[in-house]
Amino acid sequence: MTAAAPWSVSSIRAALESKKISARELASEFLARIEKQNPHLNAFLTLSAERALAQAARIDQMLARGEPLPPLAGVPVAIKDVLSTRGIRTTCGSRILENYYPPYDATAVERLERAGAVLLGKTNCDEFAMGSSNENSAYGPVRNPVAPDRVPGGSSGGSAAAVAAGLAVAALGTDTGGSIRQPGALCGIPAMMPSYGRVSRYGLIAFASSLDRIGPFARSVRDTATVLEVIAGRDPNDSTSASIPVGSYVDDLEKPVRGLRIGIAPEYFQEGMDAEVRQKIESGIRLLESLGCQRVDLRMPHTEYAIATYYIIATAEASSNLARYDGVRYGLRAPGTTLLEMYKKTRGQGFGPEVKRRIMLGTYALSAGYYDAYYLKSQKVRALIARDFREAFSKVDAIITPTSPVPAFRLGERTSDPLQMYLADIYTVTGSLAGVPGISIPCGKTRQELPVGLQIFGPHFGESRVLQLAHAFETAGGFGH
Amino acid sequence: MKISRDAVLHVAELAHLELTEAEVETFLRQLDSILTYIDKLNELDTANIEPLAQALFGAASDEEATLRQDQLVSCEVAKEVLKSAPDPSPPYFRVPKVIDR
Repeated sequence: MTAAAPWSVSSIRAALESKKISARELASEFLARIEKQNPHLNAFLTLSAERALAQAARIDQMLARGEPLPPLAGVPVAIKDVLSTRGIRTTCGSRILENYYPPYDATAVERLERAGAVLLGKTNCDEFAMGSSNENSAYGPVRNPVAPDRVPGGSSGGSAAAVAAGLAVAALGTDTGGSIRQPGALCGIPAMMPSYGRVSRYGLIAFASSLDRIGPFARSVRDTATVLEVIAGRDPNDSTSASIPVGSYVDDLEKPVRGLRIGIAPEYFQEGMDAEVRQKIESGIRLLESLGCQRVDLRMPHTEYAIATYYIIATAEASSNLARYDGVRYGLRAPGTTLLEMYKKTRGQGFGPEVKRRIMLGTYALSAGYYDAYYLKSQKVRALIARDFREAFSKVDAIITPTSPVPAFRLGERTSDPLQMYLADIYTVTGSLAGVPGISIPCGKTRQELPVGLQIFGPHFGESRVLQLAHAFETAGGFGH
Repeated sequence: MKISRDAVLHVAELAHLELTEAEVETFLRQLDSILTYIDKLNELDTANIEPLAQALFGAASDEEATLRQDQLVSCEVAKEVLKSAPDPSPPYFRVPKVIDR
């Protein structure tokens, strides 16, 4: 295989069915590539070779018996290390879970395997998914395979890098404020955050429960749609998962986009945006217009408040969710003579700086005397941001924005000022707060060959339409891999 | 200043986080800058706005449809769960002494 792995879900199926390669050979080939490239990229934290080869052997047996293959038969996948995998180390990129082996699988992982996917391993990420560059991992940063001196984005940086480098055909990430879409943009691959409630969060180690979502990375919109269709749907183990039927995302991909109304809001083209990113997004919009989409100019007036709103709500929820790491039931324990001393030392030693900062901010926002001013206020502004989207979707079928105001930045370039790093999420957090689906798709490269991502938002449970537009855009622009 | 050193120490206490002196200083400065930025929210009049805790749609927003029956089921996971415990004493988790007699 060359640096750009040719494998896709459909080419794997064809190769397996025509006996050009066995699932075991394919899995071994990917594991060997990871062994070779990972010391440089640091995209994987743990490999699950035994589990991968056992699953591949099952697929080969199905083939030998002439049984029909499931939709992801033999497809090598990578899983962000915040998703629970039975018996496979799951660290959340944190020292506090360095030796944690979950006793069960996340629903999304279970569904992927039931559909025939081969689980290669767990990918690096910002600690507890808190970050926009993957530099907050306790296990070191990930390199961007497109530009190795630059970040892959975050927090699902390892999943994005693994797919972009051809070390996996697809991967799962999680997105709380942009953590799937932004690394997808920075690494130059499609990356989708489905609607809140579309994919079960059971087994996702929680960061901010009202915002966390699981979604796919792949090398084409078609493969992204295939993976999403497998993992989506109601799960009794997550009461927030919706029973609305899952769309035929793959079958609907080729539906015409002519006549669809695409909304453009000036709030997503503010200063601070890289000039080349702006130019690529503007030509992307013209490309959609040339496909017959109708441009509608609209306003989303509360966009500028989204970062402030998000960093209160997400940290407040995190401070509550991360209270469970106390050295009693799992993870690190630092010795202490009293229970309270043990708690404090365990948490002080086990968490990294960004996690501590967010626990502090969230605890402050929820503390007596500040709850109304910060937490309640943010929930009200969240309602206004959701209203912006509701009103927009009464006029348009999709909203087009940049995914990130800048292309991939250099490792270490932004680590000194947390607020500046938070502002990197400016175009993604809005959709997170509103609960709508969004995809980032490649939209060309800068003069320095850095990928630019275009974001498409759709209305709640409008995944089919979002994927149709993304597929039409990818095909017409020649942005596919 | 939006936040005092005492407030930082109080919040660390509430969050059960042992911080070093250097961390206290860094967080004081950084939280102050973040909270100053968050003041931006006060530009908006939200007096008549209902807070939004979660964006739920379809049946997931309907409690009737999402709450399961309260039925007892067997759940024998203690052995496996205790494997991950830092100091297990089956069938318990052991912790430093809480009550002095």
